[in-house]
Amino acid sequence: MTNWMDEDAGPVVRPYALIGGRTRSSGDKLDLVAMVTSTRGAPSGGFVPGPEQERILAMVTTPTSVADVASDLNLPLGVVRVLLGDLQDHKLISIGRASASERILKEVINGLRAL
Amino acid sequence: MDFGPSDEPVALKILIAGGFGVGKTTLVGAISEIRPLRTEEVLSDRGIGIDDVDGVEGKTTTTVAMDFGRITIREGLVVYLFGTPGQERFWFMWDELSYGALGAVVLADTRRLTDCFPSIDYFEQRGTPFIVAVNCFDGADRHEAEDVRVALDLDVDVPVLLCDVRRRVSAKTVLVTLVEHSLRVLTASQS
Repeated sequence: MTNWMDEDAGPVVRPYALIGGRTRSSGDKLDLVAMVTSTRGAPSGGFVPGPEQERILAMVTTPTSVADVASDLNLPLGVVRVLLGDLQDHKLISIGRASASERILKEVINGLRAL
Repeated sequence: MDFGPSDEPVALKILIAGGFGVGKTTLVGAISEIRPLRTEEVLSDRGIGIDDVDGVEGKTTTTVAMDFGRITIREGLVVYLFGTPGQERFWFMWDELSYGALGAVVLADTRRLTDCFPSIDYFEQRGTPFIVAVNCFDGADRHEAEDVRVALDLDVDVPVLLCDVRRRVSAKTVLVTLVEHSLRVLTASQS
């Protein structure tokens, strides 16, 4: 007999219930490697971050990629984008995407060689 | 911690592409500091007639979303590896994955060389720097890299190398070859 207990049984709340069934938000276009950083601002306009959003805010006190946030929360990327979109709309996080320079690529090559 | 303008954290994205069952997950797992985010499902009868398993009958799972690995070069400089979905019914994910990518590794299996044609076409059209890494499977012929270049009709400046993605040192060489190629492309575009 298979025992589906605790986490093995899957989430009690279906992922898309966390975001009120929405599948679109301003977070739609977030790149997987965009860096998310908490602004440490106070929620405005009566916005109350949900439990998952509180977890995100705790996680991004140092810059964290969108992919890492989704991975650490163990939630589908689409759900995480909506959660992040809300936080961005309320200026609780900033999202940046630095591009690679020649210097950075050389550093990566040396770093990979040294692995 | 504070980052000045010049110390902005940088995350780079490398794609691992190629046909179904060619070793993308193995490559990501061989080199990444964390295990890939496995979003695999067991191949079921739903895949019959859709998933082509000729020559890879030993494979029982397939990647449905993406593999995900992370290599920390230093604090504030991280390389992410994303395995692109190997099946044509997941093509819709490619544009998102490839946006802003540093480059792509196209894994090839000489037993089923045609499987990597779609990946090569895609990156050629998008102008994404890519290399071709021929995964030398047990029991597969050891085709010379140049034979593969001819068979795939690749431009002379596209690096082609043989590899064994199960070996960390080989996976490392593959990634270094790609980043060196991306650097050449970047330098050429600026001159």
